[in-house]
Amino acid sequence: MASFIERMCLYRVLVLSVFLSITQAVDRSNFKTCDQSAFCSRQRAMKPGQSSYTALLETLELSDSHLTVQLLNNNNKVLLLLELYRLQGNMTRVKINELKPIKPRYEVPDVLITDPPTELMSVLAQDEHRVVLSLGGEDWRLILSAQPFRLDIMEGPQVLLSLNSRGLLAFEQLRIRKDTKSQTDTEEAGEKEDTEKHDKEKVSEGEEEEAEEEVDQPGMWEETFKTHADTKPNGPSSISLDFSLPGVEHVYGIPEHADGLKLKNTDGGDPYRLYNLDVFQYELFNPMALYGAVPVLLSHNTHRTMGLFWLNAAETWVDVSSGQGSSEVPQTDVRWISESGIIDVFIMLGPRPNDVFTQYSSLTGTQAFPPLSSLAYHQCRWNYNDQEDVSAVDQGFDEHDIPYDFIWLDIEHTDGKRYFTWDNNKFPQPKDMLQGLLDKRRKMVTIVDPHIKVDSSYKIHTEIRSRGYYIKNKDGGDYEGWCWPGNAGYPDFTNPEMRKWWASMFAYDQYEGSMENLYTWNDMNEPSVFNGPEVTMHKDALHGPWEHRDIHNLYGFYVQMATAEGQIQRSGGLERPFVLTRAFFAGSQRYGAVWTGDNAAEWGHLKMSIPMCLSLGLVGISFCGADVGGFFKTPSAELLVRWYQAGAYQPFFRAHAHLDTPRREPWLFGPDNTALIREAVRQRYTLLPYWYLQFYHAQRTGQPVMRPLWVEYPEDIATFSIDNEFLIGRDLLVHPVTDERSSGVTAYLPGNGEVWYDVHTFQRHDGAQNLSIPVTMSSIPVFQRGGSIICRKNRVRRSSSCMENDPYTLYVALDSQGNAEGEIYIDDGHTFKHKTDKQFIHRRLSFTANSLSSSDLSPDSQFPTASWVEQVNILGAQKPDAVTLTATDGGESSVEFEFDPDTAVLTLRKPGVNAGVNWTLHLR
Amino acid sequence: MDFNLAGVHWLSDLLLCTQPLPVPTIPTERQFYEENKPFTCLDGSSTIPFDRVNDDYCDCRDGSDEPGTAACPNGSFHCTNAGFRPTFIPSSRINDGICDCCDTTDEYNSGATCQNTCREMGRKERESLQIMAEITKEGFLLKQQLIHEAKRGQEDKQGKLTELQGSKKGLEEKVEALRTVKETAEDPEKEAKERHLKAWEEQKELIRMEKDKTRMAEAFLELDDDADGYVSVAELQSHLELDPDSDGSLSETETQGLLGGADKVDTSTFETVWSGIKDKYLSEVSQGQSEPPAPVETPQEEESRDFVSDHDSDHYPEDYAGEEDVEDDEEDDHEEEEEEEEKVPPTVQTPEKREDDEVSMPPYDTETQSLIDAAQKARDDFDEAERALREVDDQMKNLEKEIGFDFGPSAEFAYLYSQCYELSTSEYIYRLCPFNRVSQKPKFGGSETNLGLWGQWAGPEDNLYSVMKYDHGQGCWQGPNRSTTVKLTCGKETVVTSTSEPSRCEYLMEFTTPAVCQEPASLDEVLHGHTEL
Repeated sequence: MASFIERMCLYRVLVLSVFLSITQAVDRSNFKTCDQSAFCSRQRAMKPGQSSYTALLETLELSDSHLTVQLLNNNNKVLLLLELYRLQGNMTRVKINELKPIKPRYEVPDVLITDPPTELMSVLAQDEHRVVLSLGGEDWRLILSAQPFRLDIMEGPQVLLSLNSRGLLAFEQLRIRKDTKSQTDTEEAGEKEDTEKHDKEKVSEGEEEEAEEEVDQPGMWEETFKTHADTKPNGPSSISLDFSLPGVEHVYGIPEHADGLKLKNTDGGDPYRLYNLDVFQYELFNPMALYGAVPVLLSHNTHRTMGLFWLNAAETWVDVSSGQGSSEVPQTDVRWISESGIIDVFIMLGPRPNDVFTQYSSLTGTQAFPPLSSLAYHQCRWNYNDQEDVSAVDQGFDEHDIPYDFIWLDIEHTDGKRYFTWDNNKFPQPKDMLQGLLDKRRKMVTIVDPHIKVDSSYKIHTEIRSRGYYIKNKDGGDYEGWCWPGNAGYPDFTNPEMRKWWASMFAYDQYEGSMENLYTWNDMNEPSVFNGPEVTMHKDALHGPWEHRDIHNLYGFYVQMATAEGQIQRSGGLERPFVLTRAFFAGSQRYGAVWTGDNAAEWGHLKMSIPMCLSLGLVGISFCGADVGGFFKTPSAELLVRWYQAGAYQPFFRAHAHLDTPRREPWLFGPDNTALIREAVRQRYTLLPYWYLQFYHAQRTGQPVMRPLWVEYPEDIATFSIDNEFLIGRDLLVHPVTDERSSGVTAYLPGNGEVWYDVHTFQRHDGAQNLSIPVTMSSIPVFQRGGSIICRKNRVRRSSSCMENDPYTLYVALDSQGNAEGEIYIDDGHTFKHKTDKQFIHRRLSFTANSLSSSDLSPDSQFPTASWVEQVNILGAQKPDAVTLTATDGGESSVEFEFDPDTAVLTLRKPGVNAGVNWTLHLR
Repeated sequence: MDFNLAGVHWLSDLLLCTQPLPVPTIPTERQFYEENKPFTCLDGSSTIPFDRVNDDYCDCRDGSDEPGTAACPNGSFHCTNAGFRPTFIPSSRINDGICDCCDTTDEYNSGATCQNTCREMGRKERESLQIMAEITKEGFLLKQQLIHEAKRGQEDKQGKLTELQGSKKGLEEKVEALRTVKETAEDPEKEAKERHLKAWEEQKELIRMEKDKTRMAEAFLELDDDADGYVSVAELQSHLELDPDSDGSLSETETQGLLGGADKVDTSTFETVWSGIKDKYLSEVSQGQSEPPAPVETPQEEESRDFVSDHDSDHYPEDYAGEEDVEDDEEDDHEEEEEEEEKVPPTVQTPEKREDDEVSMPPYDTETQSLIDAAQKARDDFDEAERALREVDDQMKNLEKEIGFDFGPSAEFAYLYSQCYELSTSEYIYRLCPFNRVSQKPKFGGSETNLGLWGQWAGPEDNLYSVMKYDHGQGCWQGPNRSTTVKLTCGKETVVTSTSEPSRCEYLMEFTTPAVCQEPASLDEVLHGHTEL
């Protein structure tokens, strides 16, 4: 009896201590290191050296669109096929696959928006050692060396990039499994001979030399992590390739990691890992995988920006090593390792940062143009308990005169975590609730996760099951895992039929209680499987013919794709969707917004929100944000205020909190803090026209909205490592206060010869300096670039829709030559008519030679707007004698003005012109 | 945009025609907006031509030049709301497409179709005010009653306390007097009992010696195997239990030593030998039949110890398990447990009875017995008096505690003391015991959860008694200890009207009681005050 109790006691202590350790930080033991991942450790064991591959130049074929050549692995005589494409827009695509794989290897579909258009490649020179190809321009060349195989991309005499220069190309060919006995006893020579023969037969094809025997290594045919077995019926299939970037010290990208903007050297540590995972309480400054993966790396130096897009959706590890190359030139070496699939790399040659963004977006598309209101403020919590709670919070915002556009419902709103349903007790009348929000021109988001409760009385489940849309386990049955609802199935979103069906579930008559102001949040779509290996799906689960191993990092991408499609369809193709996702892949920018997952109410996490979103922006995903306040734990009032101030200047602006934390609506921290939060949110609302314009640009050009400084100042080395401040578009520089009890920050203002204006005081500062700024609790250091014109709507109302017809105030910040330029973009804010019917206004505002004028940038588009120009503030101005307005019809009128000699701000009173027409203001 | 002007407020005419505002909006400030005269911002910051009042451009820092438009970020708009209550709204709500003023005046140019609902709202408000007024009135009357009762209760308690203080004094004296009586009666009792005991001891000794002699004779006969009238070394040597050094063998020398140095002893000499060996000696008969040894004192003690330890092993784990169950440190469970433990009867009495196995003591003689009876009575009387005193003490303590509680400015909340109120929801039964605790019990099985113990009054400074705070309830995983805020509103009845959990483990309870009803302004006044506008 006593001993039983003792045991029980011990057990409890253990359980308790496990919980305690979990609450402190991430439980690293739940996630693999490279050493614990068989293919990674296998590949990483291979050291740089002479490549075992030879390009068989005699097999070279050159067509209009591409070049092919066979690569021979001299060790095992396996042949690979290399395909080289010169793509339009200064890109090169390198594809390597097995020449004759015993079964097809996975090639990632649906991520590229189109088959990338090619350009003619021509041979400049050829001998038995190498082939020189022209990549266009005067001296852009690609050199293919035969023995050992390597590729060099040159500009003139300069090597821009080399492939396989360190000999790390490794391609594990698919093979027939040796018989089970040899698997248990690989030492038996007789067994080996058999397989050797077999291999030889398969690969020799006229080769006389003996192929080296290949020995199975542990983990090739099965692997166990913790209690989870991965059966690996297809055996080893991993791939690896190295890239060398001479002259490069700074590389960026490959999100998602909770790490600084500039990628670190991974020598001696783990590589950066790309494997979408639901990481509980993630750690900062760590290359561990997180919720999403974009296998795109950018390199940058003062001369050139380039990009590498490794199109592979399997688990991937990226080693980064910077150091001195030959002759004291800095060099960065990058090595990609993926578990399966093929090598398919897009080399984006820049040369300017914006060229790389254009190149990458020509492959995977641009950021979806979001509804204007989704750029406003979002109020979320796990959970708003019931309709009364929603209504009380809504009322609270009005009572405290804080604007908001979206209120969110987390998983508790459903009937037992059955998505597309409502808890009947808590939300008996969802349409009444939505109508109440609609009456205030506000919106709602409900969560719809991809794990589906296994419950024969749940329509969604029975439909998916009967249609056979679930992912299958290795034995062919429906894969089941544990998630919020308990036992759950996971729909196979890689199946287009499944996606189509899923999209149809968002129709108003399918999703009961939904209305046009209800939008969607896809969480847990890594996918999260509580009882799966590394809290995700078993790699041997099956998506039709493919293993989950092959498609893993694509799953979340497809979930968001299908959901966004559903939202478009429910409105008959008229309305823009808004879908937030936690998991993502290259191309996810086409479907909505991304947030940085389950962060914590800590100053470090507030700081980290900047590099995390900057990294996402660099690889196309502009609509990024972090949970304001921090998801886990409870923020101090100071941290909460600072987070609102920072979040107000990041693309996706949503407060969120864990179920176990005390309430933290903005008015719960005393009147002073309420006022500070109100002010931060109001600043966001005044700038919505600017944010909207940035997203319009992002959609058109693929330029990130939130940018690292180096993107705009690519030659200023001082900017290359900055990740505590950022630019929104080109014209606003933000340096949020992210330290506790801060009395000042030092912001770097870039640009030699440029000027910057404090947006609050209009004080003018020179560029190319570190500026010390004293701060108080109300400070949000933001600067407008001299030479820019920014349009704001200063009449902040309770939601962005209410501000639709409000007038603009222009902030004309003069550069040192007295010039400035800006744009204004207006449309209905929520439909596709800007695209389908050309219903929009896009105008250039330009100040030069003492005249400010508005001219049409898109004469063939039209949109009627009630908005007008209320006020013009010219920063860095001199006092004029008179100001006159020339209207569209040529009529002139005088405009009253006020000049503040202390701030050098000239304020023009009420020009009153419509925002959609031509006009000129003359200062005399 | 739809500019349906029919019935539009004058403000819209103003805006559309950019005419100056004919009448200022705010009655009290009407004087400052004098048509065709320069307007000075209400904060005096600047003066502007009157045509810039309400011209949809903010000229005054305080927003006072735009009382009818949304131009000023800090402006406010006055809804007259004829038929209802006039109100100010932030000027950002003018023409935002949302009907804020029931008289529709805020949406004169937004295209929103607003209905004038002032009359209806006024009617509803009057109705509800009327109902509230009635509730307040009745509630206030009830409150007076409560105050009265509380006062009387307080007085009663005070009186009772005084009374108790008086009786306590009497009782203390009585206890002292009875103590003397008891002590006086106990002296002769003690003497008589000791006498009796001594006589009994003597008698017992005689009996014991008699028994011993019999045993000795029996032993002699038993040992004297050859019946020669002597016990020899050889005859004794088989009794290993007598081995002085307990080495397992009884040597000749050792045996001789036992026999006082002789080789054999006769009956009379055996007497001296016997006294040396009798404690260890085991009868051959009993040895052979492995009969349990005669009950002597030592085994008895062991047995009783066993009993106690048995009790321990039975009981200890329960305690242990109990503590585990209340991992969350629920104080009440501990209390209950302690009570339980107290209820467990004392267990060490039983073994004493075993003495009866021996020859029992003869009853006291009549004289002694009467002395004992007299002393017992004195003791009982004393105990009773002492108990009565303790009771009075307890009562006084409880009374003092109750009197010391903050039951509101006029003790109007006193009636809630030691009461409990329940509210049943779909899942739980919530229970509020004012000034004590709040708890939650699942309807369909499961143990009760402590949602907080009485903390303090926690209303705002000017209305302290409108909120009760209960804290230090059962702990939450990764969260705080549960706590409950109880909001009190005026009502005729004392009821828990709702509960919610706005944050994890922070509960909110709404509770109506007449005790918070404020003295109503006369109903006429209330209604009049609103119809005037």
